[in-house]
Amino acid sequence: MRHIISILLENEPGALSRVVGLFSQRNFNIETLNVAPTEDPSLSRLTVTTVGDDRVIEQITKHLNKLIDVVKLVDLTEGNHIERELMLVKVKALGAARDEVKRTADIFRAQIVDVTPSVYTVQITGDAGKLDAFVQAMAPIGILEVARTGVSGIARGDKLLSL
Amino acid sequence: MELLSGADMIARFLKDEGVERIYGYPGGAALHIYDALFRQDSVQHILVRHEQAATHAADGYARASGKPGVVLVTSGPGATNAVTGIATAYMDSIPMVVLCGQVASHLIGEDAFQETDIVGVTRPVVKHSFSIRHPSEIPEVLKKAFYLASTGRPGPVVVDIPKDMTAPTERYEYVYPKKVKIRSYNPVTRGHSGQIKKAVDMMLKARRPVFYTGGGIVTGRASEALTDLVHRLGFPITTTLMGIGGYPQGDQQSLGWLGMHGSYEANMAMHHADLIVAIGARFDDRVTNNTSKFCPTAKIVHVDIDPSSISKTVRADVPIVGAAGSVIDEMISLVQDREASNAEALGEWWKSIEGWRAEREGKLYEPSKPGEALKPQEVIEAVYRATRGEAFVTTDVGQHQMFAAQYYKFAKPNRFITSGGLGTMGFGFPAAMGIKLSYPQDDVVCFTGEGSFQMMMQELSTCKQFDVGVKIVNLNNQSLGMVRQWQDLNYKSRHAHSYMESLPDFAKLIEAYGFTAIKVTTFDELEPALERAFADTNELVFLDIYVDPFEHVYPMQVPLGSMRDMLLSKTERT
Repeated sequence: MRHIISILLENEPGALSRVVGLFSQRNFNIETLNVAPTEDPSLSRLTVTTVGDDRVIEQITKHLNKLIDVVKLVDLTEGNHIERELMLVKVKALGAARDEVKRTADIFRAQIVDVTPSVYTVQITGDAGKLDAFVQAMAPIGILEVARTGVSGIARGDKLLSL
Repeated sequence: MELLSGADMIARFLKDEGVERIYGYPGGAALHIYDALFRQDSVQHILVRHEQAATHAADGYARASGKPGVVLVTSGPGATNAVTGIATAYMDSIPMVVLCGQVASHLIGEDAFQETDIVGVTRPVVKHSFSIRHPSEIPEVLKKAFYLASTGRPGPVVVDIPKDMTAPTERYEYVYPKKVKIRSYNPVTRGHSGQIKKAVDMMLKARRPVFYTGGGIVTGRASEALTDLVHRLGFPITTTLMGIGGYPQGDQQSLGWLGMHGSYEANMAMHHADLIVAIGARFDDRVTNNTSKFCPTAKIVHVDIDPSSISKTVRADVPIVGAAGSVIDEMISLVQDREASNAEALGEWWKSIEGWRAEREGKLYEPSKPGEALKPQEVIEAVYRATRGEAFVTTDVGQHQMFAAQYYKFAKPNRFITSGGLGTMGFGFPAAMGIKLSYPQDDVVCFTGEGSFQMMMQELSTCKQFDVGVKIVNLNNQSLGMVRQWQDLNYKSRHAHSYMESLPDFAKLIEAYGFTAIKVTTFDELEPALERAFADTNELVFLDIYVDPFEHVYPMQVPLGSMRDMLLSKTERT
């Protein structure tokens, strides 16, 4: 099963490499990885999506917790949560396809953020499934390039991941 | 207010931290630190002949004393040479602080002379690592390094120190930090009371219980408490290789150690148990054999200070995260005022165990007959007698390691010192050196083989310089015995590169360093040689003992089998 693990990480040099290294060292899987500073400059928030059975996920969270630079973590998929990813897609936009790209983007509530005579760059946010669906819809028209941020997430309601 | 250079801070910190001795090797990036060491006399520096030996010596000291071992090496090759020793300490959870010189900050990343990203190289084999970014942070970072290395589940910590951080011209305020806090690191000590109660309830009802304890008992200084608990309950107990000495092996309730070359009765008891109480052990593959066939009828209580050790390879029914000593104490207090309902069943259980003990009696090796080559097992037994079982024993890796563990009976913890997890050949001799320097009154014996010894024999020079009187017992079977054993069993005796052609004349080699060597080839020569070797505890003596090259280590678990699937000799299996 797919899990979204959000981690508060010390904003220290090399901290990220410890997390990433742990996954390869122990033969765990990383599907997506997203990392950025938080409102507290001493902390980064890192979100990783991974796939594994309960035993594997338990080991992943335990080993992550063991890293000295990991301050706190939560498996968001254990409760209600919001999951978002941002994607930028460059598609061929020539002739009839130009309209088709625009229509499809509207259906997905995506925005066209850059335009040339032959190319549209589309920005779309949503959960990973929605982004996959958009890629599928665009594929016949001609995708030139895709840039995805990887999943970021947060728990619903009062639940917090903070110090 | 005292102003010190980074290098002087390091020397001063080591003194304030109570470090008496460090092991190392100088080089360009570490020279400011070496100069600071030269100008003080509180911390003794032991100059090794290869950085790997520095880590093993520090490791040996740490295992014997329970305190962190300290290593100082230079950048690049100095640091990379230390990696095997760091990994050895990591696998066996040994507290160690490794100070590595590094090229000056402005050169980092430019492939400067003797530059290696040692924090990157060692990342998978350290508990944590630090890079010094400003000289003023040295005292606090070092304190954190010692704190991390020696608390919770201990392990090695690397501190990378760019040369400009120790420059004599830059001075900053030095205050020894008595305490340090790391917000993301709060090792658990007490176990969950509800879980402990549940475990004790199961223990009092169990019909075929067995304790299975590991290095956590030794590290956690919990052997007295454990002995008390085991005596109160009357259960059998087996330890891992790392846990040897955590429970006195001569005790009637001790089944010896378990696993691939563990005792027959220990492995049989585990297989047939209905309750396994694991404390400070990690169910590794050399213990469990095939996990899908592991102890089919047993419920498992697993106590460990490291949550990630629990349910890693074998699912625990009652997981307890906590320090061994504290959890055992709590178990004792619960057992005290409770009545066990299983006395009769326990009696039956002991009958089965006595049966297994009787079955294996005299099966595992035949002593040599006059005119035959010595058996390695009888050499270990003779050394046991010669040292009255009181020596610190280090080993290298291979057959001699297993024989030492099987035939030297340890009554105390911190006495059997071996690379259990990583299985590092070359570990034994420098480890013995590190122990002897701190325990000059004790006999320190290194059991080795001619394969392992040749990996670290340059340390004879260190022993000469610092007058280190270890006893080296070389079980010379003129082959890489354990490799050869596997080739006998699995490769139709095709001995690919497991022989040792061109062995040196060890006696001449040892004599070249000014030490005594005694060659032993017959049983009659053994006792007098040992008597001579142990006459002066401060003299380095090398015993080159020729043993039967065809001997195998038994019992030996059958690959992919259960705990009870064992070869008992070359011709017999369970």
